[in-house]
Amino acid sequence: MNSFTYFRAHEVAAALTEKATAPQAKFIAGGTNLTDLMKVNVEQPHHLIDIRRLPLNKIEETEENGLRLGALVTNADTAYHPLVESRYPLLAKAILAGASAQLRNMATNGGNPLQRTRCYYFYDTATACNKREPGSGCSALNGYNRIHAILGTSEHCIAVHPSDMAVALTALDAKVNVTGPQGERVIPFPEFHRLPGDTPNIDTNLSPDEIITAIDLPTKGFAENNAYLKLRDRTSYAFALVSVAAALELEGNIIKEARIALGGVAHKPWRKPEAEAQLVGKEANPENFAQVAETLLAGAQGFGHNNFKIELAKRAIVRALLQAAKMEEIS
Amino acid sequence: MQKTAEKENLEKASVALPPTHTVTLKVNNTEKQLQLAPWVSLLDALREYLGLTGTKKGCDHGQCGACTVLVNGRRINSCLTLAIMEEGNDITTIEGLAKGDALHPMQEAFIQHDAYQCGYCTPGQICSAVGLLSEGKAKNEHDIKELMSGNICRCGAYTNIVAAVQDVMQQKGDPANE
Repeated sequence: MNSFTYFRAHEVAAALTEKATAPQAKFIAGGTNLTDLMKVNVEQPHHLIDIRRLPLNKIEETEENGLRLGALVTNADTAYHPLVESRYPLLAKAILAGASAQLRNMATNGGNPLQRTRCYYFYDTATACNKREPGSGCSALNGYNRIHAILGTSEHCIAVHPSDMAVALTALDAKVNVTGPQGERVIPFPEFHRLPGDTPNIDTNLSPDEIITAIDLPTKGFAENNAYLKLRDRTSYAFALVSVAAALELEGNIIKEARIALGGVAHKPWRKPEAEAQLVGKEANPENFAQVAETLLAGAQGFGHNNFKIELAKRAIVRALLQAAKMEEIS
Repeated sequence: MQKTAEKENLEKASVALPPTHTVTLKVNNTEKQLQLAPWVSLLDALREYLGLTGTKKGCDHGQCGACTVLVNGRRINSCLTLAIMEEGNDITTIEGLAKGDALHPMQEAFIQHDAYQCGYCTPGQICSAVGLLSEGKAKNEHDIKELMSGNICRCGAYTNIVAAVQDVMQQKGDPANE
């Protein structure tokens, strides 16, 4: 780990002021990913601004009958919050599918979506990686790319975003509240993460001098019909090869509204409004679900070791939707 | 001549280290004041500065759980947090679980069920299990396995670890035993 200095902020304004005086500084909260990246020299901040004690640690109902998740509430406290469990079980399931109990006790709601990819080459400073060192090349393209992306890739980067929580937040149309030197703004969750394009070093549309203050959940939580299906090499404590957040609003067995977001397949949680529209008014059955899976995976491309993900994702989508419709048991 | 040049180069290269900070931690019910650089992890503070070597450095990357301790009663990976960030917090390590000579029920249960082989992961397993118990989310054997998945046992003592945790739950009248 490199040498660095440390500042603890107790107010948002103090954190922003500190950042203005040290633009290369990094904010740290739960620290579960940043500390690790510092140990392997992928991140080498010369100054850390500890924001864990900012007063952003509440979960409150919003005026619009939604729920505001404070940025510094831990993932564990969020997943087990009675209102999250009852109104947004899809989010609770996704959070609990990720990491371990210890990590969920540390990781925060603001930090989880900001975690970096677990691409081996990104972590290995001896190899080329455009995300870590722009312009150096992508070692995964022709390397061992079993865990890599099949959708939305570019010639510069085929990394995937590792968060489970972000997949559910994308499906639920959450909103990210941020504050920075220019004031406050709101970023819709589906627009929060970016595709790699020719700037894979930039993961999100959050500016480096902004802080996430809260994540808002809208009124609609799809509490009745939802599923989070995560497929991985071991059944716990592993990142997704493919994951599916599925939510349905049903009238009998006719679909009124559908939400589908995929994890483990792209640089951001993958959602396609036209695929969801395709299900509206249709019967909830395996055939219709298989059709929507084809739409979601249209244009998917493997890079050798990860070719299996295309078929895996299609089958996972069908299974998650069947689970959401309660036509198949949750496994 | 050469010696002087070397010395000059050395002086140029040497960068002053940032100042250390006074960090106060309550460790196993005793207040400890440490003078630490910002990059000292909680794990290193416990092991290298306080001599509490029961907490183990397995992977040092939050993947094995050997470094699990309780901070304000909650289990965390001490390798992934900076000691300075835990200022004022209440830390319980494996050394702090027993009351005098009386072992913690979880320690007793691990012995009773032979829930280890080499013992390296055991302090982390026990601290994690104590955290799991106070969280109260495990309702059955499957839940215990899922919620203990952050602790890896290279010897594969999992079956007996689960039995030990179930045993303590039973003692506490917890429904999580079947």
